[in-house]
Amino acid sequence: MNETKEIILKGIGVSSGIVVAKAKLLSTDIKKIQRRSILPKNVKNEISRFYKALDETKKQLHQIRKKVANVIDEEHAQIFDSHVLVVEDRVLIGDVESAVKKDLLNVEFILQRVAYQYAETLSNLDDAYLAERSIDIKDVLRRILSNLSEDSVAHLREIDDECIVVCNDLLPSDTAGLNANKVKAFVTDLGSITSHTAIMARALMVPAIVGLNNITEKVSSGDIILIDGAKGMVFINPTKKTLKDYKKRANNQDLIRQELEGLRDKPSETLDGYKVPLTANIELLEELEGVGAGGARGIGLYRTEFLFLGVEKLPNEDEQFKAYSQAAISQKPSPVVIRTLDLGADKMPDGLESRKEKNPFLGNRSIRLTLARPDLFRTQLRAILRSSIHENIRLMYPMVSSVQEVIDANLLLKKCMNELDSEGISYNPKVKIGTMIEVPSAALVADKIAPHVSFFSIGTNDLIQYTMAVDRGNEAVAHLYKPTHIAVIRLIDHLVKICHRFNLWSCVCGQMASIPHLVPLLVGLGVDELSVSPKEAPLIKDVIRKLYYSDAVELAQKALICESSNEVEMHCIEMIREIAPEALEFTE
Amino acid sequence: MQKKILKITNEYGIHARPAALIVKKASAFESEIFFEKDENKVSCKSIMSLMTIEGYPGSELTVITDGPDEKEALNAMELLFLNKFNEE
Repeated sequence: MNETKEIILKGIGVSSGIVVAKAKLLSTDIKKIQRRSILPKNVKNEISRFYKALDETKKQLHQIRKKVANVIDEEHAQIFDSHVLVVEDRVLIGDVESAVKKDLLNVEFILQRVAYQYAETLSNLDDAYLAERSIDIKDVLRRILSNLSEDSVAHLREIDDECIVVCNDLLPSDTAGLNANKVKAFVTDLGSITSHTAIMARALMVPAIVGLNNITEKVSSGDIILIDGAKGMVFINPTKKTLKDYKKRANNQDLIRQELEGLRDKPSETLDGYKVPLTANIELLEELEGVGAGGARGIGLYRTEFLFLGVEKLPNEDEQFKAYSQAAISQKPSPVVIRTLDLGADKMPDGLESRKEKNPFLGNRSIRLTLARPDLFRTQLRAILRSSIHENIRLMYPMVSSVQEVIDANLLLKKCMNELDSEGISYNPKVKIGTMIEVPSAALVADKIAPHVSFFSIGTNDLIQYTMAVDRGNEAVAHLYKPTHIAVIRLIDHLVKICHRFNLWSCVCGQMASIPHLVPLLVGLGVDELSVSPKEAPLIKDVIRKLYYSDAVELAQKALICESSNEVEMHCIEMIREIAPEALEFTE
Repeated sequence: MQKKILKITNEYGIHARPAALIVKKASAFESEIFFEKDENKVSCKSIMSLMTIEGYPGSELTVITDGPDEKEALNAMELLFLNKFNEE
């Protein structure tokens, strides 16, 4: 019975949903071989992985042998005969097999241990020639190990069995193009609610839990795991009772979701008739379909950098024009806000050269990078301008930290307009321009930026990170990352007041807008629009529709004079428990 | 079971190439084939084990065969040694 012991882990739930599936462990680093316990019932699987890797290695060695025989000579090619014999060595295979069975450890670890024992014996022999053979063994070992790591994260896109992906961390380029019908959920060691694993999981509508510290050491491929994305709970080898309990909860959540679907065509407004337009954040064109289905109208944030990540060739002007136009047409007449490239830091496409930076999040990223690379920026601005023949297109600059950046970007935009004029290509010369506000300095000089733009969109993820000097991906300090910190609330309050003074539109497109209990606070502070991932839209609309605007204003006023972030949080939860308790089913 | 003491007479002893040759030849027989030397007994069907035998030129080891074709196996091994592993 010991073999099906249930293990419960708690992480940060970043994308809701209850899923049960087989685990698929992907490693990000094949050089570091981890020691990992396996269950007796997985021994067979572990050994068959080993045989598969041996076969693959043999195939490669035969190919190399052939090549060497052709290019060099037969004698050198014979070296690889002894390599093949190592791969076929039944004593080695037998030793590995019985050690896997006996020690219940992963085959990579066992293979390394066994092979090094042989290599060690050889290198201790009193014979230079034989001692040198230990190098051959190490060479073959390396080859087998790299073939064993079919479970490398690089193969994420090729997954075609239903599974829950377990890995250390995921990069945007890893997740681009993966099959969301097969990958039922993500669970990772690292990450936070605003990390890119989280953003991608929500975009793909896949439940996800991050920040689990060491789940990759506790799970083997093939283990059954159950995850509750809303609560951040992971059950490895769940008991019958757990499965039954969660089946009930999943049904309950399905019922709530079905009910919320009924809100799809209802207006996004409070009980006292105050309208709060609800738009969607998207990364990929594939998500456009889900926008309306989730009850959002329009795109509040189109993260165009995902057109550039995980591709072999950077998209040219025509390709970008097509993508932006497709987004515009799909949402007409609702607005589509196209944000210019937010590359750099943790998002760098393969085709772009970049210098290693000591502090990438404080480095050459986003608008700084595009202003420094006018070739790249110009192509995108032209594509956006051309797509602005659709009147619902808006243009937005990310990560502005001073008014000069906006002036410089607008200058380049003006140049692009002149180019298009002389080429006789049409565009909307009055296209609305906005900036993200995600750096505290920009929030504090918003009155200086305001004359150059028509709207502000608050990126709360970065705004919180930069205001509090907290790296959201660093487990040691992640708990300090607080959307309800009074400094954050004051900055939003300040910004909204400036928007109203200059008659600008304000939106929150960060994660904060997707947290149900923070919605009344944002509405009460006077934010005009909320932009959330399509998956969260029904829940957020539900909250808006159960809210009195007057209560929201009162809550915001209370929050502004609170003593601590915990106090703010408490008031917010209190309110949501009163008006929309079902929303708490989907949050922590 | 058959047993015979064989002398290593080639120039460099049992290094990787002869070892590979022995494994290939040994694997063709159904019988188990071992080399025994200095209390170390290894299977001739495993290159990893075989390479741990300290087969210096001029030294001796015992070949042991056991199985339905043990005689033929023993003869084949002896022939390899006599031919100095086809080296010269």
